[in-house]
Amino acid sequence: MSEYIIKNGHVFDPVQGIKGDKKDIAIKDGKIVDKVGSGAKVIDAKDKTVMAGAVEIHAHIAGPKVNLGRIYRPEDKLFSCTATHGMERMGSGASIPTTFKTGYEYAKMGYTTAMEAAMPPLFSRHTHEEIRDTPIIDEGAFPVFGNNWFVLEYLKNHEIENAAAYIAWLLRVTKGYAIKVVNPGGTEAWAWGLNCLSVNDPVPYFDITPAEIVRGLIEANEYLGLPHSMHIHPNNLGNPGCYETTLDTMKLAEGFKAKNKFGREQVLHLTHTQFHSYKGTNWGDFESGAKEVTDYVNKAKNITIDTGNVTLDETTTMTADGPFEHHLTGLNHLKWANVDVELETAAGVVPYIYSPNISVCAIQWAIGLEIPLMMKDPMRCFITTDHPNAGPFTRYPRVFKWLMSEKARETQINAFKHKDKVLSQTSIGSLDREISLYELAQMTRAGPAKSLGLTALCGGLKPGMEADVAVYNFNPDKPVANPDDIEKAFSRCAAVFKSGVQVVSNGEIVSNGNKRTLWVDVKVKENAQVARDISEKFVKYYSMTQNNYEALGHNFVPNPYALEVDATQV
Amino acid sequence: MTKTITDVICPFCGTLCDDLEVVVSDDGKKLLEVYNSCVIGTEKFLHSQSPDRVTLPRMHQEDGSWKEISYDEAVEYSAQMLAKAKKPLMFGWSSTNCEAQSVGNEIAEISRSCCDNTAATCHGTSLIAIQDAGLPSCTLGEIKNRADRVIFWGCNPAHAHPRHMSRYSIFPRGFFTGKGQMSRKLLVVDPRITDTARMADVHLQIEQGKDYELLNALRVALKGEWLPDVVAGIPSEKIRETADILKSGRFGIIFFGMGVTQSLGKNHNIDEAIALTKDLNEHTKFSIMPMRGHYNVTGSGEVFAWQFGFPYAVDLTRGFARYNPGDTSTIDLLTRGEIDAMFTIGSDPGAHFPISAVQHIAAVPSVCVDPHLTPTSGVSKLHVPVAFNGVECGGNCYRMDNVPIDCRKVVESPEGMLTDEEFLIKVRDRLKQLKGVA
Amino acid sequence: METVTITVKNAPALYLEADNISPDAFAGKTAAQIAELSVHEGNTTSTLGKYFDVSGNAGATAADTKIVVRGDVKKVKYLGFKMSAGELVIEGSADLYVGAWMTGGKILAKGDVAAFAATAMKGGELIIEGNAGNYLGAAYRGDWRGMSGGKILVKGNAGSDVGMFMTGGEMVINGNVDVHLCTHAEGGKVTVKGNATSKVGGQMVDGQIIIFGSIDTMMPGFKPAGEVELEIDGIKATFSHFIGDMGERHKKKKGVVIYANLYKKISSP
Repeated sequence: MSEYIIKNGHVFDPVQGIKGDKKDIAIKDGKIVDKVGSGAKVIDAKDKTVMAGAVEIHAHIAGPKVNLGRIYRPEDKLFSCTATHGMERMGSGASIPTTFKTGYEYAKMGYTTAMEAAMPPLFSRHTHEEIRDTPIIDEGAFPVFGNNWFVLEYLKNHEIENAAAYIAWLLRVTKGYAIKVVNPGGTEAWAWGLNCLSVNDPVPYFDITPAEIVRGLIEANEYLGLPHSMHIHPNNLGNPGCYETTLDTMKLAEGFKAKNKFGREQVLHLTHTQFHSYKGTNWGDFESGAKEVTDYVNKAKNITIDTGNVTLDETTTMTADGPFEHHLTGLNHLKWANVDVELETAAGVVPYIYSPNISVCAIQWAIGLEIPLMMKDPMRCFITTDHPNAGPFTRYPRVFKWLMSEKARETQINAFKHKDKVLSQTSIGSLDREISLYELAQMTRAGPAKSLGLTALCGGLKPGMEADVAVYNFNPDKPVANPDDIEKAFSRCAAVFKSGVQVVSNGEIVSNGNKRTLWVDVKVKENAQVARDISEKFVKYYSMTQNNYEALGHNFVPNPYALEVDATQV
Repeated sequence: MTKTITDVICPFCGTLCDDLEVVVSDDGKKLLEVYNSCVIGTEKFLHSQSPDRVTLPRMHQEDGSWKEISYDEAVEYSAQMLAKAKKPLMFGWSSTNCEAQSVGNEIAEISRSCCDNTAATCHGTSLIAIQDAGLPSCTLGEIKNRADRVIFWGCNPAHAHPRHMSRYSIFPRGFFTGKGQMSRKLLVVDPRITDTARMADVHLQIEQGKDYELLNALRVALKGEWLPDVVAGIPSEKIRETADILKSGRFGIIFFGMGVTQSLGKNHNIDEAIALTKDLNEHTKFSIMPMRGHYNVTGSGEVFAWQFGFPYAVDLTRGFARYNPGDTSTIDLLTRGEIDAMFTIGSDPGAHFPISAVQHIAAVPSVCVDPHLTPTSGVSKLHVPVAFNGVECGGNCYRMDNVPIDCRKVVESPEGMLTDEEFLIKVRDRLKQLKGVA
Repeated sequence: METVTITVKNAPALYLEADNISPDAFAGKTAAQIAELSVHEGNTTSTLGKYFDVSGNAGATAADTKIVVRGDVKKVKYLGFKMSAGELVIEGSADLYVGAWMTGGKILAKGDVAAFAATAMKGGELIIEGNAGNYLGAAYRGDWRGMSGGKILVKGNAGSDVGMFMTGGEMVINGNVDVHLCTHAEGGKVTVKGNATSKVGGQMVDGQIIIFGSIDTMMPGFKPAGEVELEIDGIKATFSHFIGDMGERHKKKKGVVIYANLYKKISSP
């Protein structure tokens, strides 16, 4: 494999505490190394910013609901399809790009690892086919557990060991990465057209509450010692007043401590926090609850969050929170797709236009920015757009601009039709913090990598780590003349390396890399009861046989990378 | 000695049963028995054993006879045809696996073809409706476990999807449907008294071509508004009664078929049925699902969508993807005479398309990749027989509810036969040479 | 205003995509430059000049440019695609997408036009002296934003799916229309001087349809609401008034529920 040296760049690496010093980064055999030979290819990074490849902790980029979005939104592609070009296959889709375009777009922005945030286990084979066809970036997928019948039945009786054995089995057969929870209990209730809006609403028939599901899954996660923590989209998403449910959910993590060998410290990851930080009682008196939520998170060291920034675009919402999407189609009357998945979960899809002329959308935009600006520890708050829910991931550079420049925020606030409402219902106007490049590296690299338990692999530039490196045309020594320059610089990298292979040069794809599927292989003690329960559920209730359920072989996971966990000694 | 292979997937219809058992000879070369499958599925498996099976590619000669050629010659003809054509059409894909579809998409991209699947003549209209109105749906296990209201609208599963009712929709005892058939009310909407209609609790014998009106009337009835005395031949009292049955259930499902997707109203019928489903979710839980025909037509739509962004009728001729049925759809392309080469795989348009479309296939350079002798192979210039997908090779397929199931190979194909995927890879590689792409 | 005349000299073997034949693409160009504009036949790209003789130079802007298309363009798509100003006269019949996504200017088609004319039209004027195909003034697939402004006049008949998802603008069809008129419309006005068949106004939320001739089958969701006198193009007549689609969702404006309105002329005895 080739050797490279990236010379004279301004390096920002929270893993080593490097804050913009001029340093050379050496690459050999796919890894960052201390030094390389004189024959190494030189990449001139003078006056440029060098960071580790960015890590996407939560996006909907592969699987059945993403593809349903593609299928049912031809208008999302109108006049914007891209041609075969050099290394690149054709691409299409503004808010729901095709798999090829997804890989290229992430890579061009310097992202080298991404997590698909919600994989319905029954559809894991589909999710992996799409991941296989997404070039360059390493990807993992989180199977959803919060409405799974096995989980509901085990946790009803607090059978943590059985729940853990089932989780280990499901991660293995679906090649999953972490425990994802979406609207715990509420999505099962949705199978009857109902919902659970608080952590104490009982789940119909199953005689369990969302609170018990969440606590039980945290326990099972720490019992197993998985790389990532339980990753939750709580109940009551998107409703005025929902911040209280969010606080109630986070309080369920009190008293739990992370137990794992991956360096992870949190036990609960709260995702797309923006959607869960609303105060008020209706859309008229709707206001920000960012302060209440971040005040709590700032104190609760065993929690990490991501933001879910609204980007003010026409986009496509999609979530395993089935009842929410039904609620949303009632508000905007746009086409509604829903898929209830037997024994496991559901999903909904509805297009949405975040119009700067609508006060609610503008307030949502402000809340998404307040959260990271109010978070004291950038190692526990990560930038996402909950792609494509709050906006497409291709807008990250614009979100960075708003975070890094108060002037850019002001410009946007002044462009809102209901500027006064934005200023009165949020505190965005009084926040003068500007996120530094070092903090940005924490929020997009070191932080999410640590939360995912990937510190040994990515998120930093320490020798021994994967050579995932992004070089931006951004000179930190020069004052930013125009905030739009930030957006431009972060949109297209000067160079990107994935596991030591140069995949982007001057904003163009130059290699399709050697894409891997990340998954977590947990060994647990043999558990005859769980094995029997699984086989019984397949015989009686599933619509396919157990022997056809696993995502097996080269068709689905041609290049796996398993993180191994041994929980047999627990 | 014989071997029994379990959990075998049936490569016939969109029901994609995966509980078949197949008995093969000890050397794996002969398929002897098929258990659990319906009569059509069994035939599909046994057909692979037919002694008069074509095993070599054949060129149509000017005098109407066929000349056997090698696979290499077939690859050459196919690649040359695709390389030269200004507007080739690659059609079919519904009776092959996703791996082959994926290679096909690469070929289409390199040759800048139009590509389309059999939704063109079945559920393409449903896809248009889904694009206009959405799709509240679920997996088939949900029906089995929860559904107490089941509607078959313009479809006849008793004949077209023989095991659908026993596996998913009517007879199974699920988690919340312990009494099986007794837990469910079956409604059938069909102008004919079909075998499915004979089983129904309620059969609405609708006037042909008035599905849109009846669906609209059901929505009006749900809202308690004024209705004319008779709609589509059904008295308004009966319509109101039906609306009450639907909303009084706990979990309902509308299955619909080509009786409603391809009759007057087409996509609008489905659009209105989706709207009815959405309305019913104000009262209870309701879903809707197309009864997809070919065992992997759904998969073709999925692969097209994640690679190009559209589920069928994709036009790549300008170098990027476009989609607009009416312009980019197969029947229109053929009847309007828009294309100058035809590549058919995993489908039999010759048997199902209007005669003017078939005439155009016969008039242009054409390849038909199919294990069987079909009307399409008959009108094509080149017929390439291949291994039976799902019998002689595996590969991923998508059930009518979009659930993917990886097919199994149960028996060896005749020696030297290529699979769809293998043949396509050879064509792709030769085409790359011809086009000078890496 | 400058006039550019393009005359077919070589008919395409297949169909020709000529999305550059619009005042916007021609503006500021000489005849020679216009002849260099690209057109597409299947997967091959060539120049407009290969298929057309071009005479006359364009004006400085689209608004100053008039295009006259002569010869057989029955196999030419996208004439007047996305045009924003100026004029386009098509002397014969044209294929798909005439005036699709147009936002301004004027198109006169002297023959027939095929399907998808005026797709998602936002403004301007389209006059079709012959017949129009299906999906006139409709939305693009999946979109809920059909024709939103401008005027369309069809002197002959129109096909099915006319005005699907229409949200504004006006359309007059002197002849008959096929099934599915104004499906899902949420605004706009369509007048049909001839007959409609069935499925008129299905799933319509707002907007207006006026039918002078017959309707084979009324939608059950349209409820009789009495009779009204209307004056249209100087003709006074009595119309049966229907509101609907009663099965569809309804908007409210200032507390009042809004329905789509369908007026059908009561034929004189």
